[in-house]
Amino acid sequence: MTTHYEAVIGLEVHAQLMTRTKIFCGCENRFGAPPNTLVCPVCLGMPGVLPVLNERAVELAIRAGNALGCDIRSRSVFARKNYFYPDLPKGYQISQFDQPVCEGGHVPLGDGRSIELTRIHLEEDAGKSFHPEGGGEHSLVDLNRCGVPLIEIVSEPVIRSAEDAYSYLVNLKRILEYTEVCDGNMEQGSLRCDANVSLRPVGTTTLGTKTELKNLNSFRATRLGIEAEIARQEKILTGGGTIRQETMQWDADRGVPVPMRSKEEAHDYRYFPEPDLPPLLLSQEKLRAVRDAMPELPDAKRERFQTEYGLREYDAGVLTDSAQLARFFETVVKHFPHADRAANFLMGPYLRLQKEQEGDDLLPVEPEALAQLLALEKGGAVSPAAGRQVFEAMVRTGKAPADLVKELGLEQISDDGALQTVVDEVLAANPEQVAEFLGGKEKVLGFLMGQVMKATRGKGNPGVLTPMLRASLEAKRG
Amino acid sequence: MDLTRATITEIAAALDAGSLASTDLVEHTLRETGRLEPEVHAFLHVRDRESLLREAKESDAARRSGGVTSPLAGIPVAIKDNICTIGTPTTAGSRILEGFQSAYDATVIEKLKAAGALILGKCNLDEFAMGSSTENSAYGPTTNPWDPARVPGGSSGGSAAAVAAGMAFTALGSDTGGSIRQPAALTGVVGLKPTYGTVSRRGLIAFGSSLDQIGPLARCVADAALVFDAIAGNDPRDATSADIATGSACDTLHDSIDTIRVGVPRQSWGEGLDAGVEASVRSALDQLGPAVAEITAIDLPLLEASIPAYYLVATAEASANLSRFDGVRYGLRDKQAGTLDEMYKRTRGHGFGTEVKRRILLGTHALSSGYYDAYYLRAMKVRRKIADDFARAFETCDVIALPATPTPAFPIGEQIDDPITMYRNDLYTIAANLAGLPAISIPCGLHDDTLPLGVQLMAPRFEESRLLRVASHWEAKLGTLGRPPRISANGGDAR
Repeated sequence: MTTHYEAVIGLEVHAQLMTRTKIFCGCENRFGAPPNTLVCPVCLGMPGVLPVLNERAVELAIRAGNALGCDIRSRSVFARKNYFYPDLPKGYQISQFDQPVCEGGHVPLGDGRSIELTRIHLEEDAGKSFHPEGGGEHSLVDLNRCGVPLIEIVSEPVIRSAEDAYSYLVNLKRILEYTEVCDGNMEQGSLRCDANVSLRPVGTTTLGTKTELKNLNSFRATRLGIEAEIARQEKILTGGGTIRQETMQWDADRGVPVPMRSKEEAHDYRYFPEPDLPPLLLSQEKLRAVRDAMPELPDAKRERFQTEYGLREYDAGVLTDSAQLARFFETVVKHFPHADRAANFLMGPYLRLQKEQEGDDLLPVEPEALAQLLALEKGGAVSPAAGRQVFEAMVRTGKAPADLVKELGLEQISDDGALQTVVDEVLAANPEQVAEFLGGKEKVLGFLMGQVMKATRGKGNPGVLTPMLRASLEAKRG
Repeated sequence: MDLTRATITEIAAALDAGSLASTDLVEHTLRETGRLEPEVHAFLHVRDRESLLREAKESDAARRSGGVTSPLAGIPVAIKDNICTIGTPTTAGSRILEGFQSAYDATVIEKLKAAGALILGKCNLDEFAMGSSTENSAYGPTTNPWDPARVPGGSSGGSAAAVAAGMAFTALGSDTGGSIRQPAALTGVVGLKPTYGTVSRRGLIAFGSSLDQIGPLARCVADAALVFDAIAGNDPRDATSADIATGSACDTLHDSIDTIRVGVPRQSWGEGLDAGVEASVRSALDQLGPAVAEITAIDLPLLEASIPAYYLVATAEASANLSRFDGVRYGLRDKQAGTLDEMYKRTRGHGFGTEVKRRILLGTHALSSGYYDAYYLRAMKVRRKIADDFARAFETCDVIALPATPTPAFPIGEQIDDPITMYRNDLYTIAANLAGLPAISIPCGLHDDTLPLGVQLMAPRFEESRLLRVASHWEAKLGTLGRPPRISANGGDAR
């Protein structure tokens, strides 16, 4: 009889907080600056320096806790986690250990189920090490990231599949983005995921030996990595082997988990309370202030979009799927107060183009500029068809819509004489279709309209053209 | 004016009167340093004459144009070399920081400069302030100006010797378990450890972060009060800095003390206390008696336990604090190593001295999984109990008086291979650090007419004004010791 195994998965997600400055010093918290330019004696771990806690980081941690239904501790304690590595200047990371800022809570999976959280704690990020190929004996260290504020969100080991882990991450990211706690950019490492994975025979309750899977740098990697690790462990167990407790790294290129370091000699981090920082005490007033400043959560926003903008439930759902898109929509509507038209454009041409560009990120167009385009369209200066061309050009060039309309010669033609000439030409060129229409085939009207629009390069005003085309056809009945 | 004995108050008055210039102070200091340093070795670095004289001239000019208000203006101050200063090396007495230049001034240095003081140079110390004799400096020991065969105490031995020898008018030290008070006592000067959180630690190279405090070593209590007032105050860049306005200690220094109750711990008179020290301290108490309301016996039952508790808490913190000296970003780096691990081991192996390594090992062990509860956590419990004992004691007294050290200065080399004996030097001083209390050591006479001794006072947290007031009155009864007669030849008048 073969044993069936079930997976036990716990996720540890590190989220960089969207603060202006680092967690313990005044250095800028920004991605992408030249190496070692966002540093000071404090984050470089120079002799004699002391950490001062960034209050904003605390507020964002509490905000995350609120959004995920955690208990916020009125007293939490920072601790030193000791280990040597060149990207850790002090030789210890300031983190939280037995008294984290948030406990409990849960992440919804989007299908009514949710995953319980163990805790959320505050800590500082480390720098980045580089081992350049052909760099000889040298490695390089960039300490810009040192001291960037992080929260680590730790789930209970209750996730059962890679698919659920994926949903967990998608929903967690969405909430963190929504609450403006983290920008959720996995490519840049603002959101990073590690998974603890073990297997056990179905029906048993004791936990098997776990491995820690690191370097899950995208949603895809999270799903594939966990799937592969489950398969690897299952193969070993089915073959009668035992799992070694070790840290694995997901090799996305080869699609396999690779052992990093053995945990046989378990790391002793020698945690102890950080003497340079007093315990973090949070008053009821402080907690209330953070709660009052809490951004709207996805469900509330979807409902508001329906009532405030009169959107259908489905449309409201699409537009509030990401916080960025919802914010973009609201800015457009602020400058162009016709929510239905704005929604149609976003859900149509906008999202189509975004999908074509294979990104989750917003297109490089300012919402104000899109509002201008929609206003031009509504005012009749440009036709919807030409508007799409202008929009694509805006994304490409970043130029203003009014300028592009002129540049591309896409001003809408509403002049009766000019349009009548075009209509006459089209009808003359398509006698068969004209005959079909006259024979009762209404559908042909669409084709003929398309030909007319094509002849005007999309510039013809459909409001003028539609009745004109019909009238010209009817006139042929004689 | 005898510049080897003059107080800051007297010097400031002479500077104001125009009978003395800051340049005279610099010349005096450099002359005395040149004469005495070959024997005493109180300094690791003395700033160059040109810079000091230029700053002194600027100070004198500012004074003439009425731009000077602080009594410290124009006065050279010596700084323990574990306090970061721009423009000089800051080595903490360690090979691992040889030639290290700080990119910033410690808050206390900013404050001294703002008060117009001149930074004279950097004083010798036990490596990373770990020691009670200044023998643990990587750059050679400091000798006691009263007897060159003996230690000046430590770890602020260089600061104490510089003041005792009349080379410096005052100096900054740091005190983690007695490192200001013990050398002050053994060299015959005044040493103040302020309440934890009163003086910013920003820029002090950390040893035991929850215990370290910067404080003055001075020729008299009034000078110590002046320096304390200049360096104390909330620092938003130090999260452990107290946001409490304590007021000026100088303002109330000479107020009456005839309602003060002095508690003397019974445990002070225990095993290990040198008979000469005991006699001297008892005699000092007899002289204080008539000036105060009453002297009563109190209990500090855990005084003895303070030593093991301290050597676990301080070393645990030190083991993490010293991790940053890894050869990666600054300081010594071993160039022979082939791997990262080897680089760490060789750099730290060569860069740290024996005592520092001993304490890193001790602290690492105390924090290790499986030992944490038995060592670190237990030590923290003892620490809390000691704080409670003090709180109880201060219900029946206003200040506590006890010896500063169990013995007078001991010969160089005598205890260096016997850490347990060495650690006992801190018996009377450690408890104030564990409880965060302010404490001061003032001279109380000479042992066998040759070696200075100190008596210690402690007060409740943030009661520096009370502490210094009682100390000032007591000092008036006991007198100051001045410079050791044996080195006074050729010293003296600036003019």
